[in-house]
Amino acid sequence: MPQQAVPVADRHGAVCVIGAGGTGLAAIKNLRQYGFDVDCYERETGVGGAWNWRHQHSPVYSSTHLISSRPLTQFPDFPMPDDWPDYPHHSQLLAYFERYADHFALREHVWFGTEVVSLKPVSDEPGTAWDVTVRGARGGAPKTLRYAAVVACNGHNWVPRAPMFDGLDEFRGNVLHASAYKDPAQLRGKKVLVVGGGNTGCDIAVEAAQQAARCWHSTRRGYWYAPKFAFGRPADQVDAGVRGLPLWLRQRAQQRVLTRTVGDLTRLGLPKPDHKILETHPIVNSLLPYYVGHGEITPVPDVKRFEYDRVVFTDGRTAEPDVVILATGYTPRFEFVAPELIGADEEGRPHLRWQLMSRSHPTLAVAGLLQPDSGLFPLAHWQTVLFAAWLRALHTTPDPAIAWWERQRSADGRRYVDTKLKDSPRHWFEVSYRTYLKTLQKALVELDGVRT
Amino acid sequence: MRILRTEEWADPTPHAAREVRKALPEAPTEHAPVLFVPGFGGGAWVYAENWLAHAASRGVPAYAMSPRGHGESGAAPKADLRAYTHDVVQVAASLPRQAVLVGHGAGALVVAQALARYPARAAVLLAPVFGGWGPAFGAWARNPFGVTPAIFGGALRPRRGQLFSPETPVEEQREYASRRGRASARAQWQLARHRGPEQPVGEPPVLVVGSPDDKLVPAKELDRVARRYRGSPLLFPGMGHDLMLDASWREPIDAILDWLEKNP
Ligand SMILES: Cc1cc2nc3c(=O)[nH]c(=O)nc-3n(C[C@H](O)[C@H](O)[C@H](O)COP(=O)(O)OP(=O)(O)OC[C@H]3O[C@@H](n4cnc5c(N)ncnc54)[C@H](O)[C@@H]3O)c2cc1C
Ligand SMILES: NC(=O)c1ccc[n+]([C@@H]2O[C@H](COP(=O)([O-])OP(=O)(O)OC[C@H]3O[C@@H](n4cnc5c(N)ncnc54)[C@H](OP(=O)(O)O)[C@@H]3O)[C@@H](O)[C@H]2O)c1
Repeated sequence: MPQQAVPVADRHGAVCVIGAGGTGLAAIKNLRQYGFDVDCYERETGVGGAWNWRHQHSPVYSSTHLISSRPLTQFPDFPMPDDWPDYPHHSQLLAYFERYADHFALREHVWFGTEVVSLKPVSDEPGTAWDVTVRGARGGAPKTLRYAAVVACNGHNWVPRAPMFDGLDEFRGNVLHASAYKDPAQLRGKKVLVVGGGNTGCDIAVEAAQQAARCWHSTRRGYWYAPKFAFGRPADQVDAGVRGLPLWLRQRAQQRVLTRTVGDLTRLGLPKPDHKILETHPIVNSLLPYYVGHGEITPVPDVKRFEYDRVVFTDGRTAEPDVVILATGYTPRFEFVAPELIGADEEGRPHLRWQLMSRSHPTLAVAGLLQPDSGLFPLAHWQTVLFAAWLRALHTTPDPAIAWWERQRSADGRRYVDTKLKDSPRHWFEVSYRTYLKTLQKALVELDGVRT
Repeated sequence: MRILRTEEWADPTPHAAREVRKALPEAPTEHAPVLFVPGFGGGAWVYAENWLAHAASRGVPAYAMSPRGHGESGAAPKADLRAYTHDVVQVAASLPRQAVLVGHGAGALVVAQALARYPARAAVLLAPVFGGWGPAFGAWARNPFGVTPAIFGGALRPRRGQLFSPETPVEEQREYASRRGRASARAQWQLARHRGPEQPVGEPPVLVVGSPDDKLVPAKELDRVARRYRGSPLLFPGMGHDLMLDASWREPIDAILDWLEKNP
């Protein structure tokens, strides 16, 4: 073991949580519920993570509403008020997280304005402790503390994925990534090009249709635009009721409902989807086809190149936007931990047991690194419960707990999806919520058997 | 542990207006709030008579609620046990801090179900009616005239002698009996068929309180429920089923508050 250069403050059995977004708050609460002391470090000054749009770099824009409805988004043991709308506004989500933090007295465990800069395992044993180095987010001397375990809940919508297009440097218009888009005032009266057909791109294209002088929406493939409501109810609730049916039947039924109601989108100039429904992360937007039908959004294909005063698309068409918004997504980053500890590949994507626990050092977990076809927070809740249950088993009955883990760690890196997803860099951490939760339930039941 | 909740996702319980009454201590306090839930046919008022103010006077923020269709809450003739449970969880989650849940009679079953959906600080089950065919038959045998109508969708009507000790003044007994409402026929049937609540989340300490002289809930039922939570019941001989309205209401609430102080 190398000599410690700086003194390490030993926090003994305590667990370190990185980030106080929705996932981090669930981690604090559930670890406390399982009897652990917790220190959470949050580089911002408040809770809520991405949903706290006062936070610099928050990816949320003023009009953001959930795309997953309330019952599929809330924590399973702390419901949102049932008189809230089906798809609450981002400010309500922040209020919800603040209430959760107050209700369970979580803030007293959070060190705000403090950033985690590095994690080092003390040994290579399965039960290793961690030396965690933290620093004031606005500078200050770093400090190292020793924890029994670490849960990283650092979120995955912070680092913009901004593609380089030919000629972008010469383009005279204003180019920004969606993360810097906050308010429709930025679009008012302008000619706007939105690039990217994820939920962000579609939301912003709709706002441009309502506010801007002109809107082009560039997507590099055709998509299925799921409506927020179907049969008079939130569409994800209708789907939840038929999740037991075989996938092909759900796909058929959904495609049929869409073609019968919204109709053939190619008629409006949108490209035909190059995949079946449910083969990409769902896009939930009732208004996009509507504004295309009004002629307020001009669908265009992928950008070929930028020129001084115009943009050329792959089909040869051109546009002269004043503002270009790149809604091309985000890349998860884990700068505070050596890649091999989270099984990261060349592209920096972690490979973890249950998309949660480090295979080499299972007292380290990454929670919330999931893109489900539902709300994230029920999944993040059960992830942190599983991790807390594992840590407690490790603490109270180490031998059988480690034997259980040895059986788990070697399991293949399966993906928790029901179908083959369209090949896109953004799909590597996509999960089907039902399949994923079933797997977590199985692990929790087994772990319960280990304990007694 | 149940993670997949298709029914909650596909068919969430709709909102209903809910009556919540409260009595707060004068000075700010570290005590966890306590939420009292009445049994079938009761309402927040059963606790507002004596217990709420008493708990507040001992420094405990005290809340009482009426599930839908009860007390001053919105009408809900078709409500099921799931809707009552939903109401309890909604109110619990709306309180400023993690709460203690207290349920009485069939309301104890509702609270026990809510414990699987909300990590309560602790729970108290007062003269719990956990349902099932055996106890339902027992209830019928002890009070055929009050229970038979329920089989046909009518209200459950306990006899006054089952609810109160003889020490409780007769005018009060009459007054309370006249204020009783009813649970929905659907919920009454679900109670008769019930197989017992789910496991709580968060491992809360659970206390069972009752009276060996309760003519609605036999002592062995108290033992059965307490065993489920690995404890034994705390007994108040001489009292009737409605512990919070009985002449000696002060003893059980003091014992409960003492227990809560020892279970922070
Ligand atoms: C516009 C938009 C809409 C969305 N809509 C939905 C939706 O409808 N439903 C849904 O379920 N999900 C939605 N999502 C997904 C969204 O990412 C998650 O809902 C949620 O924000 C993730 O929560 P989290 O706690 O895991 O991460 P975050 O909310 O990102 O929180 C991470 C926290 O960790 C902190 N942090 C990071 N690194 C460090 C460090 N080194 N040291 C200290 N602190 C650190 C950050 O400051 C932040 O507070 C949406 C995302 C976007 C961008
Ligand atoms: N209202 C809401 O609740 C809401 C709003 C916004 C976002 N979200 C969530 O937030 C997360 C991030 O969403 P997001 O929309 O910001 O990102 P995203 O889902 O990663 O979508 C990025 C989009 O940009 C396209 N793209 C990526 N790189 C490109 C390139 N080089 N050239 C052209 N196009 C490119 C992608 O195309 P491909 O199809 O080829 O990958 C995709 O259409 C998702 O989980 C999403 O559901 C929710």
